[in-house]
Amino acid sequence: MQNACVDVLETLAPCLTTGGLDPGIAQFISILIGVALVALFPLVLVILLIWLERKIAARVQDRLGPNRVGPFGLFQNLADAVKLIIKEDITPAGADRLIFNLAPIIAVVSTTLIWAAIPFSPIHIGADLGIGLLYIVGVSSIGTLSVMMAGWASNNKYALLGSFRVVAQLVSYEIPLVLALLVPVLMTGSMGMQDIVRAQQGMWFIIPGLVSAVIFYISNLAETGRAPFDMIEAESELVAGYNIEYSGMKFGLFMANEFMHAFTANLLFSVIFLGGWAGPLSTQIPFLGFIWLMVKTFIVYIPSLILRATIPRVRIDQMMAFNWKFLVPVAIVNVIVVAFLLQIVKAIGWMPDPGNTDFLAHVPEAIILLAGNVALIAGVVTMLRNSGRRERLAEAAPAANDEHAIVAVH
Amino acid sequence: MLELNVQTIAFLIFAICSLGGALGVVTSRNLIHGALFLIVSLFGGAGFFVLLSAPFIAVVQVLVYIGAIAILIIFAVMLTRSMTGMRELFNRQWWLSAIVGVLLFLLLTIAVIMPVWGVNGSKSNQPVSDQVATTQDLGMALVDGNQYVLPFEVASLLLTGAMIGAIVIARDTED
Amino acid sequence: MSVVNEWAFIGVFMAIAWIFPSLPLVISWLTRPRKANAIKMQTYECGVETVGDTWVQFKVQYYIYGLVFLVFDVELIFLFPWALAYNQLNFFAFGAGLLFIFLLADALIYAWKKNALEWA
Repeated sequence: MQNACVDVLETLAPCLTTGGLDPGIAQFISILIGVALVALFPLVLVILLIWLERKIAARVQDRLGPNRVGPFGLFQNLADAVKLIIKEDITPAGADRLIFNLAPIIAVVSTTLIWAAIPFSPIHIGADLGIGLLYIVGVSSIGTLSVMMAGWASNNKYALLGSFRVVAQLVSYEIPLVLALLVPVLMTGSMGMQDIVRAQQGMWFIIPGLVSAVIFYISNLAETGRAPFDMIEAESELVAGYNIEYSGMKFGLFMANEFMHAFTANLLFSVIFLGGWAGPLSTQIPFLGFIWLMVKTFIVYIPSLILRATIPRVRIDQMMAFNWKFLVPVAIVNVIVVAFLLQIVKAIGWMPDPGNTDFLAHVPEAIILLAGNVALIAGVVTMLRNSGRRERLAEAAPAANDEHAIVAVH
Repeated sequence: MLELNVQTIAFLIFAICSLGGALGVVTSRNLIHGALFLIVSLFGGAGFFVLLSAPFIAVVQVLVYIGAIAILIIFAVMLTRSMTGMRELFNRQWWLSAIVGVLLFLLLTIAVIMPVWGVNGSKSNQPVSDQVATTQDLGMALVDGNQYVLPFEVASLLLTGAMIGAIVIARDTED
Repeated sequence: MSVVNEWAFIGVFMAIAWIFPSLPLVISWLTRPRKANAIKMQTYECGVETVGDTWVQFKVQYYIYGLVFLVFDVELIFLFPWALAYNQLNFFAFGAGLLFIFLLADALIYAWKKNALEWA
């Protein structure tokens, strides 16, 4: 029993029990410490994330970014946080105080609740729910509510209008998000997050599920309000949208929530499609799994920062058309294609047993699914090209007629 | 006897959420506050499903009810003009509705609850079944030819009909 | 029992996790200046006086988007158990799921053709 206390990270509850505490209370204390760690880690990480974003955006724009406060400007965000805390907090007249104050807290809580179900290593997970994936989707839909509350409680026409647009965008892009998440569930046969990561020890899901990975990534960009879908924080229109009347630390919480949400979305991408903690030696040394997860998340997160500094903003009607007329049909067809190909793979007999972590055993199945995905992409691109060609011909024909008219006048 | 363990405390909390939220919905003067109380009440309902070992239904409750229907209700409330400062909470037939409410409560207790739980609650300690069905069982039952595949397909027809009907009604003001 | 254990984590999380974002708010409430005057408290409308009440008659298009989202959300709820049990089922299950998805894709095509998905 003395060995139980060696690795405190793994065995906190038995460690406390051997120290003479009641097992129920020891369990409760370990839950409490786990909750504190999981809830604090994203909040502390946000400071690093904002610094990273400012540096990368600066470098893309050929300037230096923050470099005065602390080495490489690392403490810039601490200074900003202190500034926001000591700023005067102006609540507009006629605002609904309780909801006004509650909205930023609910936004942040809904994002940190996601972290409770994410597997950080083979043995560390906050709560390995049997329905972990659906729980994560459900919790992120609470964030939509906080936007509505913020917009309404501000007693401001523009905040209300801005929050309606934001809710319409968030709600629309949830459909391709969840449709894309059906594919890993199909391939794993379980919604638990640890099961999904364990099923990827043979082959990461990004290869057999390429189209769903792409749809998931794009929908995440839209759900978290990152470029090019950042109508949410379009500073040049509707002034700051639903954030207009927020000042001081409440505004700071909304900003922190945005960066946290973006990182969490990319964390989910690397858990579900890039294998999570699966990597060399991660089953022997659990903490290494956590390192792998963070490395993969940053590899996926940094392109989204570069995208933000590069691509122009999409208009709201273009955004909606893109979602309902392109992403949703493609996601639906993708689910059908993957389901069909899985049946074929099962019928042929190339389906590896669950729990098989051998890479080569998964290759035949992955090749068939990848071929199906590539065929789907080719079909979609062909349809887009044909419809684009038709549009261009339709535009060119009346112009040609005008030329004839001009010639005739001469 | 009532033992004070985690489940009892959780049940109490969820009961307070559901009933308190429902009370808030019908007594608040501000429609938006009513919608937010509804969300609290729905959370209580989701908690009950967790206690009943049906976590899938609990998450469905959060995802669909709170994430979609509550938002639609808030949208609809904001479409109407006077959403704040309602004058009267009760109209003049409150005594009739109180009688109907009490009668309904007695009817439900006698006709539905007592046959299942016994007259004094004597059968309430027995579990409903000895197996806990998982979500996978639900999935298999939904497409099993002998079980629920027909309601599964009819549900999709119902959803299609609902969407078509809603679009017809909502777009009526155009063309 | 382990099911309740995991949800106990979520329960404790919900009870406690809101304390951490509230801490900066509390510190801010303790340390910020309080110089309220009437002009600062006015609602913001590009620097001019507000015109009209704060309610706004918005387009019914927002409601239609929410409605279509609701129908598809319920469809996804039905599809998740199907996807969960998929690996243990035979080809008939694929056909059942296909029919389900087709009927709802039908509804999407109806909405598309009736211009219910246009932003205008």
